[in-house]
Amino acid sequence: MIGLTLLVRRELRLAFRGGTDAMMGVIFFVLAAILFPFGVGPDAAILPRIGGGIIWVVALLAALLSLERMFAADHEDGSLDLLYLSPVSLGQLALAKAIAHWLTSGVLLLIASPVLALLYNLPSSAFLPLVATMALGTPTLSLVGAIGAALTLGARRGGVLLALLLLPLYIPVLIFGAGAIDGAIAGRDIAPQLMILGGFLLAALALAPWATAAALRQAIE
Amino acid sequence: MQGLTTHKLGCIRGERAVFAGLDLALNPGRAVLLSGPNGSGKSSLLRVLAGLLPPAAGRIDWEGTDIAEDRDGHRARIAYIGHADPLKPALTAAENLTFWARLYGFDPDVEPALFQFSIEALADVPVRYLSAGQRRRVTLARLALGQNSEAGPALWLLDEPATGLDPGAVSMLANTILAHLSNEGVAIISTHGGLLDALLEDSAERFDMREFEA
Repeated sequence: MIGLTLLVRRELRLAFRGGTDAMMGVIFFVLAAILFPFGVGPDAAILPRIGGGIIWVVALLAALLSLERMFAADHEDGSLDLLYLSPVSLGQLALAKAIAHWLTSGVLLLIASPVLALLYNLPSSAFLPLVATMALGTPTLSLVGAIGAALTLGARRGGVLLALLLLPLYIPVLIFGAGAIDGAIAGRDIAPQLMILGGFLLAALALAPWATAAALRQAIE
Repeated sequence: MQGLTTHKLGCIRGERAVFAGLDLALNPGRAVLLSGPNGSGKSSLLRVLAGLLPPAAGRIDWEGTDIAEDRDGHRARIAYIGHADPLKPALTAAENLTFWARLYGFDPDVEPALFQFSIEALADVPVRYLSAGQRRRVTLARLALGQNSEAGPALWLLDEPATGLDPGAVSMLANTILAHLSNEGVAIISTHGGLLDALLEDSAERFDMREFEA
């Protein structure tokens, strides 16, 4: 547990010192979401209907953006060898990296999403569901993303490979995330979608660090 | 059986056998200087001994027990210095060292370790602004961290540790290694000759990787 907090604090400090790098995801998120209405046209009827889906797709891509570097720097400078030799397990390292990734990307997306909801003229009944699905969905993106980041370590064109590997795994989160918002707008009960997203999160929490650790072990060899 | 012994150790990288049938015996308080041309398997041997790479054949014993039986115990006795400097450019020298000290459960007071490699003046400088030799000193100061702590690592695996160091720093490194050896420690060091070899000559055996070419 001490190892976990130590690793998360190190990641946050590095992200903070890195300056704009950490903000890149959320800036991309806001800019991409702002561009869509220009392409679709300012039809007040269309925007609320597609808004939930667009916000979720863009959040997915924004999370993907910062994943590639999750383990890359530690792999290149030999830190990964030392992390492996330390008393902290690779599973704990994977969990710490996912937590740090979520704190520097997912939380910011979560905070920015209501602003984008305003932009898309979403009804006020959809605001809380949007934030709730983001809160349940984005940690899953970080946890599952860690597996992809570890698997593509050392691969050339790792970024493209990472997207190919992860996007299919992200689709279920997208379907239930966007589905819940549509449901809320239509006045349906969204508890099932939220429960499924919660289930994804619990499954990812249990399985992803373990799978990431196995992939990291391969990368160290 | 004291110290470190290997039996018929073999290693395969990619499709190529790097070395085979490697027998090494090392008593506490002694060092081994690995020599051999590029690609002769010095780094691979050090990574196998650290447990970073699984051996393709043979086994490694520490005090008569196979290290495969106690992986965690083996990890705890290793100090590994690789080719790269595992330092974050955005953090200061002291912050980098404090992180490793905390993670490994060493004394988080890094001042004496910095002093040992006379980089105490660079403690608060981000590693980004340090020269290659200065970075190497910060990396090597990690050895001093373990040394200044109770139950520090007993087995030092150093992969060309003197790369980029000036003669003054090489003698600081040699003194650190000699202090480790006099403390019943064991060290395996890959080198290409030079000042470090000369300074360690009296406490070290030479080991030529060419004898175990596969």
